[in-house]
Amino acid sequence: MPFYEHVFVARQDATPQAVEALTEEIKATLEANGGTLASQESWGLRTLTYRIKKNRKGHYVLLNIDAPAKAVQEMERLQKINEDVLRYMTVKVEAFEEGPSAMMKSRDRDDRRREFGDRDGGFGGGFGGGDRPRRDRDDRPRRDDRIEGGAA
Amino acid sequence: MSGPANSATTNPARRPFFRRRKTDPFTGPQAPKIDYKDVRLLQRFISERGKIVPSRITAVSVKNQRALAKAIKRARFLALLPYVIS
Repeated sequence: MPFYEHVFVARQDATPQAVEALTEEIKATLEANGGTLASQESWGLRTLTYRIKKNRKGHYVLLNIDAPAKAVQEMERLQKINEDVLRYMTVKVEAFEEGPSAMMKSRDRDDRRREFGDRDGGFGGGFGGGDRPRRDRDDRPRRDDRIEGGAA
Repeated sequence: MSGPANSATTNPARRPFFRRRKTDPFTGPQAPKIDYKDVRLLQRFISERGKIVPSRITAVSVKNQRALAKAIKRARFLALLPYVIS
């Protein structure tokens, strides 16, 4: 059976127990359709970067699913109906990630990133006579995003 | 730096500010995996406005830029990254 990564975002007013119940419901649906829930990961209440249905925050849950397509379709159908679910996304993957996902690791990752300090500011430095020769590429259209991209 | 750089380049008149070519941040042994869940990583490839930074600035290879763009778009859909920062 194919592997899927499924992420859903639940409404901010939903209690953690409600989200837990929702996960159980998904698990039951999958198992009823011959699939399994390989692992799950809760990212907790995160701030959304933009408002979805007037919500500013949402409970994120990642599920690693090993199930036939039919089970996934059924699960998505139910999520579509459920008003507690703001967003869901299922991505087919070749293999599940080992250990915690990047989201959970993000904290210790922060320290390692510092080594690449050059790259962080690197985009900015890229303009003022950066790796791109200023005059060589006149054949390309000028873009405004060159200016903006600087401080990314 | 213009002095020594000038003498190092083959055509100093055309390229007075030579800087070494940057390498793709996603190739090499320690390269991070492009993943829509890795918000901190993806954030470094979007502009202040929230746009995806062109690869000619970030030196990401064409293949990786495609994967990166897809990852950023997935993260946007899940509201992990913004579509626009206003």
